[in-house]
Amino acid sequence: MKAQEIQESQETEETQETQPSAGTQEPSDREPVISLTGAAASLGSRPVLRGVDLTVRRGEVVALLGANGSGKSTAVRAVVGQVPLSGGSLELFGTDLKRFRQWSRIGYVPQRTTAASGVPATVREVVSSGRLARTKMGLPGRGDKAAVRRALELVGMADRIKDSVNALSGGQQQRVLIARALAAEPELLIMDEPMAGVDLANQEVLAGALREQVAAGVTVLLVLHELGPLEPLIDRAVVLRDGCVTHDGPPPKAVGQHALPGHDHIHPHAADSAEPIRTGLLS
Amino acid sequence: MLEILNYDFMQRALIAATLVGITAPAIGTYLVQRRQAIMGDGIGHVAMTGVALGFLMNTSPVWMATVVAILGAVGMEVVRSRGRTSGDVALAMLFYGGMAGGVMIINLSPGNSTASFNTYLFGSITTVSPEDVTAICVLAAFVVAITIGLRRQLFAVCQDEEFARVTGLPVRLLNLLIAVTAAVTVTVAMRIVGLLLVSAMMAIPVAAAQRVTRGFVTTLALAMTIGVTVSLTGTAATYYVDAPSGAAIVLLAVAVFLVLALLAAPLARRRARSAAAAQNAEALGSLECTLPPAREAADNVKV
Repeated sequence: MKAQEIQESQETEETQETQPSAGTQEPSDREPVISLTGAAASLGSRPVLRGVDLTVRRGEVVALLGANGSGKSTAVRAVVGQVPLSGGSLELFGTDLKRFRQWSRIGYVPQRTTAASGVPATVREVVSSGRLARTKMGLPGRGDKAAVRRALELVGMADRIKDSVNALSGGQQQRVLIARALAAEPELLIMDEPMAGVDLANQEVLAGALREQVAAGVTVLLVLHELGPLEPLIDRAVVLRDGCVTHDGPPPKAVGQHALPGHDHIHPHAADSAEPIRTGLLS
Repeated sequence: MLEILNYDFMQRALIAATLVGITAPAIGTYLVQRRQAIMGDGIGHVAMTGVALGFLMNTSPVWMATVVAILGAVGMEVVRSRGRTSGDVALAMLFYGGMAGGVMIINLSPGNSTASFNTYLFGSITTVSPEDVTAICVLAAFVVAITIGLRRQLFAVCQDEEFARVTGLPVRLLNLLIAVTAAVTVTVAMRIVGLLLVSAMMAIPVAAAQRVTRGFVTTLALAMTIGVTVSLTGTAATYYVDAPSGAAIVLLAVAVFLVLALLAAPLARRRARSAAAAQNAEALGSLECTLPPAREAADNVKV
């Protein structure tokens, strides 16, 4: 137990040392944290991913975009090993998924509308469950409690630590779920629609928390429906359509009326043959 | 009142009642958390086959029921984890197959076993044997060790299973452990509460506790307190009234739920009011709702 703690603290020191140099390197030179190659997966009999390539390198912030049903949620769930791949391969931190055990390096925010369950739970209890990635079957120590508090401070919810999650608004519950992922002090943050159903004020708080994580060198992969307040943070956008990657590069800029929330969806100038890439950003 | 402690059968019944009061709400909290409160009922039905097999083979019905209930619970967990849409049909077959099996086997077994079989369905304080007490103590120790010792891990699994898997916890093992613990609890509870009412002791104290609690551990602790209270009171009551102990205990639990539900409504209102007042005082400096000044209409949007 003690030895494990020491080893883990050494690990974090190492990553802190390597991160400043990582910042000066070209992104394409850094080691890949996620490398998904030719990934195929199906839900039931319906193929959802049809040969998806996705590489995320250390320190990058990558947004996965696409319309409903394009496979973006399945893609991130495959990355965390929750959807079995019927083809292709997945490496996390350079280790094949089958042999990957260092789950505390990953903070996962699943797509949820609520943090509540059938029995009341306090904010502290929900966020503490994220710390289990480090404590596993053992007992939490003082360091674990401090980490839980730090994670809640990052999302601005430390003053609600004793409250029941049922008493929180949807946006606040989403902040608690992100704190749960941050409690393990991960190097890679994977989030599935963290902004869904979150009002603008809470979105700004989340964007601030994410900015701090990115500045500290955390790698981020997130599924988004629209870029919103996170847009300035995002280095690269990967757009999925019908289970295939149709765009991998700088995030598409929303222009003109499209920059407004609630815009309509008409493309009068597009020729019939040049159908615009549906990013799902606009729908 | 205290003269009931002079009887050996009553001492045994009260020991068993205490353990039922502790264990059933303890595992029940996790089942309610994952909205699976009905699982206890299903295991109870399956355990009927085990009890009947015990009579037929002339072995201890408690241990036989434990074995069959564990097999049934593991089967239910397998169906649940597959997450098929036809899962509820599979569960129905397991539940009622187990019940029908119990009734069939008990009628095949020799002697007057049907009457004693009834005591397993609704509980009876006069039939707890010294061997039953030993078995109940051993099984209850297992249930308490799991539900208290692994509460953080089980909480995480029942709160958000997918998240728990990504933290690297052995989720499949923990799920099986919950199923086995629930099965063991059913056999702990069946002498006192009865197989058909055991699910009530898993769910009602938890439902009552969460009327007034805000956290998981406090809910767990209060549910166990309520469980022990109603279990002991109900058992003692059936010393005076000739009725199945399970019925008395469950009715008491329902009464506690109603009282707490009535108490909780004004409590929650007061909490909400003070929270809202604190928030408003912070944000607006007044308790009144004020409409923000209307925004000017702008027409600077170009397509």
